[in-house]
Amino acid sequence: MRLNKMAQQTQQSGQSNKIGNYLLLIVFVVLALSVVALFVAVETYFIGDIIAAGIFAGIGGIALAICLFLLYQYRRQATEVKIDIPKVMTTIECQNKGCANKTIREFQRGDYIFKDLDVACPKCGGKQMITAIYKEVKVKEKTYSV
Amino acid sequence: MSFIPGNDSPILQILSLGMYVFFIIFIFYGQRIQMYVMVREVENSLHKLRIIKEEGRKTAIEAIKEIGKPTADPSARVDRYLEYFTIGPQSMDPAGIVHKLDHILDTRDERLKEDVRIMAPEAANNDVQINNLENTLEAAMALNYIYKVVRHYYIQGKKTLSLYVIMQLQMILPLVMKEAEAYASALKAFAYGQPIGDGVGPLIASKLMHGYEVRKVPKDCVVASVPFEGRNALVLKAEGPGGNVGKPGDAIEHVIEEQQGNIACLIMIDAGLKLEGELVGEVSEGIGAAIGGPGVDQFKIEAKLTKYKIRNYAVIVKEDVGDAVSPMRKEINDAVDKVIERVRDVVKERTKEGDTILIVGVGNSIGVGQ
Repeated sequence: MRLNKMAQQTQQSGQSNKIGNYLLLIVFVVLALSVVALFVAVETYFIGDIIAAGIFAGIGGIALAICLFLLYQYRRQATEVKIDIPKVMTTIECQNKGCANKTIREFQRGDYIFKDLDVACPKCGGKQMITAIYKEVKVKEKTYSV
Repeated sequence: MSFIPGNDSPILQILSLGMYVFFIIFIFYGQRIQMYVMVREVENSLHKLRIIKEEGRKTAIEAIKEIGKPTADPSARVDRYLEYFTIGPQSMDPAGIVHKLDHILDTRDERLKEDVRIMAPEAANNDVQINNLENTLEAAMALNYIYKVVRHYYIQGKKTLSLYVIMQLQMILPLVMKEAEAYASALKAFAYGQPIGDGVGPLIASKLMHGYEVRKVPKDCVVASVPFEGRNALVLKAEGPGGNVGKPGDAIEHVIEEQQGNIACLIMIDAGLKLEGELVGEVSEGIGAAIGGPGVDQFKIEAKLTKYKIRNYAVIVKEDVGDAVSPMRKEINDAVDKVIERVRDVVKERTKEGDTILIVGVGNSIGVGQ
């Protein structure tokens, strides 16, 4: 189905990919300043002022990292839309109490809970019924110690 | 002119000038920059919502084509369906508003079902498939509505350049996106007829009534008389396995009147919204009518219970809004036996042997037979 395809593919939209011009301008100005700061850091280091060089290198490095992170974030957010469609499982149980054979398979269209199946139990040949349909969420929820 | 006294390095001068300019820009345009950042965030979410909404529409059309085998392309009719609206009753004089709302909701339900029957002629006589298709279309309708509302406030914020409009939208967006993603995963569940988290109430009722004679009660519900801990339990749920919540208010009224009010207690089982920090599938117990929706059913149930002085207990299974409309999680399925044990305790502690009790599983019966 379409939703399965949607879960896998990465979709793009030309219009929405356009990053706000003003914001992009600011990011690039800061990027340029950070590069200049790094140059100054190198220059100051060769002059002999190690403390000033360290300060410039720190400021330049942090600004550069922030700018690159912002650009990466914009690119990522604008291009990716993912919806996880988890696997849904169907539990089938044999109605013969002496057997109680249990099978778990992937959900098929037409399955519903308490549906009597035409397929006989592979162990005892008894009647089988769907007893549960559920999805298993594999991602562990984040817990907070409060 | 030197911006840093005592230092003539031209690069250092340019850098310090840049810093000054940047500082001044932030003083005057700081708020606007903040707004652009927020607008950008809203834009990204709106882009995601548009894709989810489009996929919802396509899923609904494909499900109709696959199940209903229409002779003509149903796209135009689906688009009309997605734009349907319901006008609530006038509330200036609130007396009788519940019955007015009830009538409006009935009309809406009939109208939507009729439309689905026209769109899917092959499934017109199959109530299960009609209900599933209707639920699929309603999920697509919800996605369409969410997208349009977010887009409205986004455009309004951009037009007026109001930080506060954009800020409010940006603040609630994580919750809106969570709901939209839940509806997106509900689409597949409805199209395939998979049980959803909200169906935990009907699932428990089914487990209690399975193997006993079941009869239909108005509207779209079923009831069975089941021996339970020496009591006669009337177990009620929406008719499955199609996507259907029935009208438990009408059904409970009907059963209570049938018994001439001789019901020791009513126990309602439903899915309840969990608070952050609570676990999915936790079972909790209380009193009152455990039922959501616009309030019509709750009103009818409370009126009838008050008339006959019937006590009302509630047992809920905790889950969040995403779990309620997406395929049932294993934790919720595992809570079924715990709820039955809890109901057993309530019945033993609060009623006498030989009493007649009413147990209602509230929720959507999609994927749950009886």
